[in-house]
Amino acid sequence: MNGPSSPVTTAPPTVPAPARSPGAAPRLRTPRVRASRRHTAGRPRRSVLLTVLTGLVLLYSLVPLLWLVISATKTQEGLAGSFGLWFSGDFALWDNISTTFTYDDGVFTRWFLNTLLYVVVGAGGATFLAVLGGYALAKFAFPGKRAVFAVVIGAVAVPGTALAVPTFLMFSKMGLTDTPWAVLIPSLISPFGLYLMWVFATEAIPTELMEAARIDGASEVRTFFQVALPLLAPGTVTVLLFTMVATWNNYFLPLIMLKDPDWYPLTLGLDSWNAQAATAGGDPVFHLVITGSLITVVPLIAAFLLLQKYWQSGLAAGSVKE
Amino acid sequence: MPQNTRRLLRGIGLVCALALGATACGGSDDDGSGQKQVSSADIDAALKKGGKVKVWAWEPTLKKVVTDFEREHPAVDVELVNAGTNKDQYTALQNAISAKKGVPDVAQVEYYALGQYALTKSITDLAPFGADKLAKSYSPGPWNAVKSGDGVYALPMDSGPMALFYNKKVFDKHKIKVPTTWDEYLQAARKLHKSDPKAYITSDTGDAGLTTSLLWQAGSRPYKVDGTKVGIDFSDKGARAYTETWQKLIDEKLVASINPWTDEWYKAFGDGTIATLPTGAWMPANFASGVKEASGDWRAAPLPQWTAGAKVSAENGGSSLALPELGKNKELAYAFVEYANSGKGVQTRIKEGAFPATTKDLESKAFQNTEFPYFGGQKANKVFAESAANVADDWKYLPYQVYANSIFNDTAGKAYVSGTPLSKGLKSWQDASVKYGSEQGFSVQK
Repeated sequence: MNGPSSPVTTAPPTVPAPARSPGAAPRLRTPRVRASRRHTAGRPRRSVLLTVLTGLVLLYSLVPLLWLVISATKTQEGLAGSFGLWFSGDFALWDNISTTFTYDDGVFTRWFLNTLLYVVVGAGGATFLAVLGGYALAKFAFPGKRAVFAVVIGAVAVPGTALAVPTFLMFSKMGLTDTPWAVLIPSLISPFGLYLMWVFATEAIPTELMEAARIDGASEVRTFFQVALPLLAPGTVTVLLFTMVATWNNYFLPLIMLKDPDWYPLTLGLDSWNAQAATAGGDPVFHLVITGSLITVVPLIAAFLLLQKYWQSGLAAGSVKE
Repeated sequence: MPQNTRRLLRGIGLVCALALGATACGGSDDDGSGQKQVSSADIDAALKKGGKVKVWAWEPTLKKVVTDFEREHPAVDVELVNAGTNKDQYTALQNAISAKKGVPDVAQVEYYALGQYALTKSITDLAPFGADKLAKSYSPGPWNAVKSGDGVYALPMDSGPMALFYNKKVFDKHKIKVPTTWDEYLQAARKLHKSDPKAYITSDTGDAGLTTSLLWQAGSRPYKVDGTKVGIDFSDKGARAYTETWQKLIDEKLVASINPWTDEWYKAFGDGTIATLPTGAWMPANFASGVKEASGDWRAAPLPQWTAGAKVSAENGGSSLALPELGKNKELAYAFVEYANSGKGVQTRIKEGAFPATTKDLESKAFQNTEFPYFGGQKANKVFAESAANVADDWKYLPYQVYANSIFNDTAGKAYVSGTPLSKGLKSWQDASVKYGSEQGFSVQK
């Protein structure tokens, strides 16, 4: 390991001669018990401490979800009068769900559709732009590329929250505040997604393949859509998931930009229902806030389950040199 | 999020300071040029002509008022928007004012927050619309809050004369007498916690609104405000009376530390964990909708006194409707505000559970004889109306009270979580408020 002069390689072998060759021999000779003790990447060493710690982390992340599911089955009174991690006598889940959709003239449905709009157009658009940009930066040489690199890396470091107030002032000059555009336009930009696609495209698309396509007479547009895009699919899904989660959970930007509850996404809407409990004469609807939150979480979980196989292969791309 | 709020508020302060510079330390009477008298004929004409009025408010009873108003004036379209609750709305409003875009025609502003808008003249003086003639129709606390010099900067929407809400069932069970003074309140707290270690006389985790209200009642006047000259001092006799009593409650662990307005808090009212709540008269509606399981257990009593036999009360909460200077359609906006807060809308709002600020309604037989099923049939409005009449009218909030309240928990609120004495905590609140005021261009004396 330390080079040819290392004592490890020069020391007399402690293992029988056949074992030195990396062939099949040692595997054949090793008894089963020993094989199970060997720590390979596929079968890492078990550690009680690590297992317990992982278990704790698992509990820590699952208990709130469990609480959410259980609480969504309770009425407002049951919520106040029973232990949080177990069901109260009355099972009101279906009731709660229908009340959530009908309360306040059914505004919840409107918020749900708004969120879908922001996610489909915002996150979808952000992903598309990131894929285009990442591909261009990875595969084309043009002046100013290093400057673009610096800008993108710098942009990754600035949290969107810090830009929300300046963006508000700019958008209000343009008369865009209190319209869905104020949420959509900033959502379209994802520096991290661009960077990820850039790195991914560098690894995933062999330049030779693009050249072959060009020689065959394909236009650049066609090369992108028919050659590059399928190869980029795992990375695209990863970026899509990231931007989707970010847009779905976005709170601060809409909070600043939107005043009209008709354009609220779910996050803001649920928050306004929650705030009702804290005003004179307001109606505390904690059970609806909780049920609404549960309904809000479901599409994200569904998206993860549906897209996870692409996502997993995407995460590993480029990590091993073939 | 708190970081950002603070940054925004700092921005507000800056705007305030700039505006102050521009108006050369306000209060002068040279702004008569822009102010023309608006007669009721002008308002009627505007109502006939119609148009759009955009209202930012979170008060739930306004929904019905808007429907009624639109039915009466078909040409007028009132758009009621809940742009967030208290602090969120003020941030939004200040943002809109800074950007000069998207400013509503009418905005709900709580009494404690009015000062900052009135001082920077970002809300309209309603006196030329005839609001100055309404002085007699409002109870003293709220009217004093909307008026500044000769100007009337909003119309009072509701009020919060304080009362002591208590759980009669718990009091009866432990044979505790309803306290009439804060000393008796302390005794009651001890007795209750001793006989049931899980029960507390009240919950307090440090609430600027409650502290200022109790100081108000105790006769303390920490804030002196004269235009841009501000004085802050928490060392007078009233403040000492408050800190001494409250310090004992904190030291002996007689107050629960449950955050207000959470589901835990509502739950604690229902199961007897919290036995009393000294707060504004608007609370019954919240009890009725949030603590259904304890219906019939609770009652309202006069607020305990600092000196036996006295009859002094204070306001807690309450808000007004103001007309932002940058809003449009001033005549129509005023017509709506007048309808909601002084005219027919008041009755509608009372029916929906709001607590009025108008003396006529406070004193009316029908109002005082209303029986509250939630309070076991008690005519609670009698208690509240008496409290409203006993509110001292010389209380002043800071012109930047929204900011001051936002730092309460970092300063005075420490008394609730660490061993810092409450009096020291108030001193550091004072210091922080003085520092901020000076930074914003106020001349502040300690």
